[in-house]
Amino acid sequence: MSGPKLDGLEKIRGAAQFTDDLTRPHMLHGSFLRSPHPHARILSIDTRAARAMEGVSAVLTGEDLPTRYGVLPVAQDETALAVEKVRFVGEEVAAVAAVDRPTALAAAQAITVVYEVLPPVFTAGAASEKGAPLLHADRRKKTNILRRVQRSYGDVEAGISSAHVLSSGRYHYPGSTHVPLEPHVALAEPDGHGRVTLTSATQIPHHLHKALARVLQMRLQDLRVVKPHVGAGYGGKSDPFSHEICAVALARATGRPVKFLLNREEVFYAHRGRHPADMEITLAATRDGEITTCDFKAVSCGGAYASYGVVTAYYFGVFLPLPYRLQNLRFDTRRLYTNHPPCGPKRGHGAIQPRFALEVQVDRLANALGMRPDHLRLKNLAPPDSETCNGLTITSNAVEGCIKQATSAAGYGEKHGRLPPGRGVGLATSAYMCGAGHPIHNNKLPHSAVQLLVDRSGRVSVFSGTADIGQGSNHMLAAMVTGELGIPLWDCTVLEADTDLTPVDLGAYSSRVTFMAGNAALEAARSLKADIAQSVAESLGGEAADVIFEDQRVFLAGRKAEGVSFVEAVALAESTHGTLAATGSYTPPTQGSRFRRESVGPSPAYSFTAQVAEVEVDLETGSVRVTDIWCAHDCGKALHRGIVEGQIEGSVYMGVGEALLESHLFHASGLHRNPSILEYKIPTVHETPRIHSILVESRDPAGPHGAKEVGEGPQLPTVPAIANAIFDACGIWLEEAPFSPDRVLRALEQKEREA
Amino acid sequence: MRQPGLSVVTLEVNGEPRKLLVASNQTLLDALRATLGLTGTKTGCDMGDCGACTVLVDGVPLLSCITLAAGMEGCSVETVEGTAPSPIHLAFDDQVAAQCGYCTPGFVMALTALFRDHPRASEEEIRHCLGANICRCTGYTKILAAALQAQALLLEETR
Repeated sequence: MSGPKLDGLEKIRGAAQFTDDLTRPHMLHGSFLRSPHPHARILSIDTRAARAMEGVSAVLTGEDLPTRYGVLPVAQDETALAVEKVRFVGEEVAAVAAVDRPTALAAAQAITVVYEVLPPVFTAGAASEKGAPLLHADRRKKTNILRRVQRSYGDVEAGISSAHVLSSGRYHYPGSTHVPLEPHVALAEPDGHGRVTLTSATQIPHHLHKALARVLQMRLQDLRVVKPHVGAGYGGKSDPFSHEICAVALARATGRPVKFLLNREEVFYAHRGRHPADMEITLAATRDGEITTCDFKAVSCGGAYASYGVVTAYYFGVFLPLPYRLQNLRFDTRRLYTNHPPCGPKRGHGAIQPRFALEVQVDRLANALGMRPDHLRLKNLAPPDSETCNGLTITSNAVEGCIKQATSAAGYGEKHGRLPPGRGVGLATSAYMCGAGHPIHNNKLPHSAVQLLVDRSGRVSVFSGTADIGQGSNHMLAAMVTGELGIPLWDCTVLEADTDLTPVDLGAYSSRVTFMAGNAALEAARSLKADIAQSVAESLGGEAADVIFEDQRVFLAGRKAEGVSFVEAVALAESTHGTLAATGSYTPPTQGSRFRRESVGPSPAYSFTAQVAEVEVDLETGSVRVTDIWCAHDCGKALHRGIVEGQIEGSVYMGVGEALLESHLFHASGLHRNPSILEYKIPTVHETPRIHSILVESRDPAGPHGAKEVGEGPQLPTVPAIANAIFDACGIWLEEAPFSPDRVLRALEQKEREA
Repeated sequence: MRQPGLSVVTLEVNGEPRKLLVASNQTLLDALRATLGLTGTKTGCDMGDCGACTVLVDGVPLLSCITLAAGMEGCSVETVEGTAPSPIHLAFDDQVAAQCGYCTPGFVMALTALFRDHPRASEEEIRHCLGANICRCTGYTKILAAALQAQALLLEETR
């Protein structure tokens, strides 16, 4: 299926309403005073001058909102405004609501804070030293380690000692950030009876709802969270944020609507982007190229607060075996607190960095074995319906087809090792989850739910707590439901992400929405269909099981002409059952892992990807141009070709940015070096390669119509495929991204010296 | 805080004459969005880096976030709301070129100007034009395809 997207034209014509497009009568504007220090104790805050300014309605400081929160129940370490200490340059210290933005900005700057500057911690070494300054001194563990995860599966020592070939490398992956075009923005409106509605550009209305209630000490039922159109997130809007909490707090304090729109620099401080990682990896293989063992270490300077960092420490390790048939895996990963803006989930959360190390190392191993990298990978693939050495259950799996189709389309076999100097091709593979098998808040409740209503015109309304952030989940829901009912897509309204109206969905993260909400939508549609089918069967004198829904007609199989229109069918059913409604929900199956304690990593299904990159390296300047990327992705079943391709193209694009340009940089003082779209380089159309999407369908048995994720997985192989192509082009292994001209030149010079 | 001065600006917005009272430091973007309610033009960076706020002033694409409203005296301003319905819209829709859609109005405006002035622009010239706008969702692939399709549709229209 293809065709225009449900919300396409309204966005193209500028009619789609994003949060900042909303204004309210009597609305105030919020602004923050932020910390100039990376680490300091707050001795005093004087807000008198700000409060005295004309047009200022309210001022908040940390003591007004002391309750801690965090998206993960195990790491509640944030406050909406700094309490006692600041921990990064740009942290929110005080919030102001004023009559307009200029007044709010001026008032925030009129607040005086006296700080006692503390020694900051910027590196893994400094954070781990004995006696290092602690970012969170009141934690039970007196260290800057948020989480260390050590796991061993199989027998790594035996795997290494019995190996014919060992291949090791050390890698650095830089921090990077999402840069959604829409800055973070939230609008809080009190209703005069103590309730507040928060409209926000968020990926997680449900978790935000919980955090607001916790911090503001309000009942959930007194808060309503609404997500309108969101100008994308890529993971960057998956945490509850200070501006969201402060908007509600200031709306309550003033009784007036309050809007916060972060400026672009502030978006860089909100961050929650890619964790930087220093990694070591060893692969062990037999002489004929069976990869038996992977030994992996990673440490990440994750910033001042936890965000999803505990999960990141697991994700660094748990996906390493995929898509291979490894017997032995050991990983030791640490996520540290440092005095930077907090890292969090960015597209391919926690899996991008180790995938870079692993897939480059697989090519180095192929090189050591004298094998072609595609042949080595094909020899080591895990089959469908198998289990990885760390207990992840693989169901559908078309990775072999992905490798074969990507290499064939790219001409990899003809090109690898045979292109002129400076040109090369590289391959990488990967797999990614279709939603986490376990929820953030441990409970047995559904992860996704959908409710349906049908009115007498035959129009169907879909109510879902999912968060469409541009990836097209609303279209997916409408297509699922209208497809079942045999009615046009445009006869369906999707009402989503409004905690007053829609059933809980956990949100747009971990590539869970199509798989989980898609299944919930199908279940709801089938339940509605059953009610209608029963009434129509009775009316036409047949069996409900034989009723077909097609072309806005409802009829008995083989007797289309005698059937009724969908509208008539709805009327028949309503006269039997009363007003028509249906629900569906999705809870992931209990994972049958042998490793009972593992709750991070299991997913109801995994997507698989293979990519070939072709590059041109200028051997004089060191500049790398990626000309083409062929991406073959197994998303189970492509529900909408254009939307699926769009996710592949966007993922590859983001990978190209991280491979060539993007890096979150800081001055020695802890000050952000590039907090703007001009200075933080992201690819324009000129740096973006031709992207060739190849859809490989494996029809997952548990996916909705066989579908799996496509929103994140396709980014995983991009960076290592480019690194491997650079080796093919000029014989250098780049161990640190981005592959900037200076790094390429340095590696070329070193290669010359060694030759 | 010194208050900025106010002035009255007479201009045309999407073909309609308008008189606006603007502050001397008010951007065209703010005047369009806050004063006129034309929220199709988006605030992306507010520093002239991303192209989301692109509008046409006397037919030329300008970044409204770094253009002062007070300087618009006698100008004709076109926003995405003034373009409907055009083959550019149809092509963007057909190619599924809008994901989150936040950058899309800026692209639509840039291409509107390009194809008006250079209906037979080469693919290289089209890419050059798109280089002034950032999209973070699509990898530009479907935007480029939409631009080429729109150009073909427009040329067909004028044949």
